[in-house]
Amino acid sequence: MKEVIEKQIKEFGLPVMTDEKSGALQWLDLRELNLRYIISIENIKPFFEGLKEGKLLTTKCKHCGRIFFPPQRDCPSCRISDMEWVELSREGTLETLTVIFVKPPSFGSYDPYTVAIAKLDDGPRITAWLKGDPRKAKPGMRVRLEISKREKEGYMMYELVPVE
Amino acid sequence: MSENVAIIGVGHSKFGDRRDVNVPELAWESIKPALDSANVDQKDIDFFVLGNAGIWSSEAALPALMAEYADLSPKGSMRVEAACATGNAAIRVGYTAIKSGEADVVLILGIEKMRESQNPTVIELIGRFGSFFWEFENFGLTFPGYYALHATAYMVKYGASEEDFARVAVKNHYYGAKNPYAQFQKEVTLEKVMEPKYVAWPFKLFDCSPITDGSAAIILASEEFAKDAENKIWIHSQGVGTGTANLSKREDFTSLESARYAAEIAYKKAGIDVDAPYKYLDGANVHDCFTAPEIMAYEDLRFAKKGGGVKLIRDEQTYIGGLIPVNIDGGLKAKGHPIGATGVSQAVEAYKQLLSQAEPGRQADIEKGRWLAHNVGGTGHYTYVTIYGLEKLKR
Repeated sequence: MKEVIEKQIKEFGLPVMTDEKSGALQWLDLRELNLRYIISIENIKPFFEGLKEGKLLTTKCKHCGRIFFPPQRDCPSCRISDMEWVELSREGTLETLTVIFVKPPSFGSYDPYTVAIAKLDDGPRITAWLKGDPRKAKPGMRVRLEISKREKEGYMMYELVPVE
Repeated sequence: MSENVAIIGVGHSKFGDRRDVNVPELAWESIKPALDSANVDQKDIDFFVLGNAGIWSSEAALPALMAEYADLSPKGSMRVEAACATGNAAIRVGYTAIKSGEADVVLILGIEKMRESQNPTVIELIGRFGSFFWEFENFGLTFPGYYALHATAYMVKYGASEEDFARVAVKNHYYGAKNPYAQFQKEVTLEKVMEPKYVAWPFKLFDCSPITDGSAAIILASEEFAKDAENKIWIHSQGVGTGTANLSKREDFTSLESARYAAEIAYKKAGIDVDAPYKYLDGANVHDCFTAPEIMAYEDLRFAKKGGGVKLIRDEQTYIGGLIPVNIDGGLKAKGHPIGATGVSQAVEAYKQLLSQAEPGRQADIEKGRWLAHNVGGTGHYTYVTIYGLEKLKR
């Protein structure tokens, strides 16, 4: 796009272009926005430390015993913020899946990927990529949660793996 | 205070790829006919609500921009966002403002100009209408993806097929072809919909609503102000529900809890039997951002029992002449889905249908005098169900 804009300015003296389909004149915005969020994970830090050590941790309210996944600092039932960190059950049952063919540009380096939701044996559900051939996967099948390195981006993340 | 709230005028732009206009011009295409048909002047408007999800389009201070462009300054205004339910959320604000007595006449404008950004950017942004961190950031879910997770669960639980979903697209394109405001005014065959151009399995290209520019506007008025209006319909009731951000926090993927909740409230307030609502309705617009969610909506709205929605489409019961005509303006699927405008467009359709002003070939028989609109934001993150009536609600 940047090259197109430069070319148009050179040619017409303005960043304008006629849309091919409609024939309507368009202004090509010069003020490109690069958006990247910086998100606080301070209060759920053990989750990320656990991930690095190959553990999947989440929060459990010390008072009412409610387990939260994703982990959160505050228990809305008790209105008390006193959580303990417990390990998630690593096995569960696949509930549903999809294969993403039309990807967001920020996932452009990956091949089509399978996103699934599983219900873990200790209760919580989890959304994650499902490893393996999606044509062989079916809701109701047993899956295991594993931690692995994302090949393209090199960071640790959990994924669902079919139990043979 | 006004117990009853009327729609006394409507306007609707052509939906589609509208690179021929900018944002305020696109808005004016529906504001002008809304003011004209309501026979009101800008000075009569007490308050205006602007439904716009934005980000993909350049202008952010939309109420101010429209105050300037459409001569609405210095009246009060508000911009509303509820993902794909933004339009009906805007109506909600106007409806409650009139009911509470804070305003007599409110202009509601829904507008979206999604094509000011390039398609990949829109795909990137729209995938974030869930849990940003736990669904999008790490697992790259897209908007079709969220609903595809529901479609898969529905197929497995109730034995529906991709072909069943395709029938929804065939129906909605059939009616879209008769709607001059629709983005796609072309019928499609089942074979065409079934072409294996997968977007998010099991959804293919023709299971998905398009990226659309468009606007729609309505004028809401108190009972007192509406008494002289020649053409009007009434809002009988509204129900609103909210779901969890993460789909993984939900019990089931064959239904949307927020939709069931919103429907129950709307039916109750309007005195409609929740076990057979179709007996009270001449038709409905439901949120078919994809094909499968239209079938889920049949069930969430209780037009069919759980698992029975798929039979309604197989038996063509949601065409005109069936149990209840649904999306006979083409729906989001063929009419297009300009996020912020969709809920307002549904209200325009209720007005046209109930007043028998719909185009030839897509006018329902109006016998019961009521129409339903079901507008979902995200994947059941928000649901608005609104019942419209030709006559005032008998309480």
